[in-house]
Amino acid sequence: MQFDSFAAAVTMGGHGGFVWAAYAITFVVILVMIVRPVMNTRSMKGTIQREFDRKQAHEKDAS
Amino acid sequence: MWRIIHQLGSPPWVYRFCDRVIPWLLPLTAVALIVGSTWGLLFAPTDYKQGDSYRIIYIHVPAAVVSLAGYYIMAFAGLVSLVWRIKLADLAMRAAAPIGAAFTAVALITGAIWGKPTWGAWWVWDARVTSMLILFFLYVGVIALFEAYDNKTIAARACAILSLVGTVNIPIIYKSVDWWYSLHQPASIKFTGSSAIDASMLYPLLGMIVAFYALFALLLMLNLKQSLTSEYAQSNWLIKRITT
Repeated sequence: MQFDSFAAAVTMGGHGGFVWAAYAITFVVILVMIVRPVMNTRSMKGTIQREFDRKQAHEKDAS
Repeated sequence: MWRIIHQLGSPPWVYRFCDRVIPWLLPLTAVALIVGSTWGLLFAPTDYKQGDSYRIIYIHVPAAVVSLAGYYIMAFAGLVSLVWRIKLADLAMRAAAPIGAAFTAVALITGAIWGKPTWGAWWVWDARVTSMLILFFLYVGVIALFEAYDNKTIAARACAILSLVGTVNIPIIYKSVDWWYSLHQPASIKFTGSSAIDASMLYPLLGMIVAFYALFALLLMLNLKQSLTSEYAQSNWLIKRITT
């Protein structure tokens, strides 16, 4: 560990604000990029599943 | 060899491949990013000249490296889609564009944050910074161009041409620090000869570069799966795969 205390790790000799902000922004961007396609795919899968169930029920009614 | 190429052009095969790899790649990437960041933030030594502000290097350089690699992938997929008219290549090209744009934006933003305490300015119209900004506009241009056409076959072709023409910018970015007098420092890591960076700083940096490559692969697969799901929503293979 390079820092003696938690406070030293936060301030980083006056540069803490820059360093932590850069990391925070990067990780927010990464998180959004992972979550967005996962949510979109999930919702599309739900639509396909519902459509399939509806057709299945319809076929049962017809027979 | 031919079988692999054939499989790469087959949407059901690629979909299954993504489904199989993502559950492994996601936790691996997360662990690599967390370990690498902690190492770079708390355990790597303080720079004798820049102090602790240099710790931004552990995200700035990997993001920049991957933003360039992403462009190669996008342009290559564009070439394949243009020459052989393979639908999957077109989807891969469009899956890569937003990821590349995001990584380029991260490289520019972290660069600006690093520039303030180091160069004394948030933004400098320097050769490296400006050519990276052009890279960002190329990525955004590919995304916007696709949306601009109603006919998506023509849109895909136009995007492929734009991304191929844009490759001219890549060697300019690489060489910008050598060709022009620049504030930006030249490359410290060299494949041949010794690097101008100490091992205690180099290893976490290399680790983060690997982690960002894994992240790129993961995001590409997530985006590709999303576009395959929307593109083949009416296809039997996909309906069967989802409903069983």
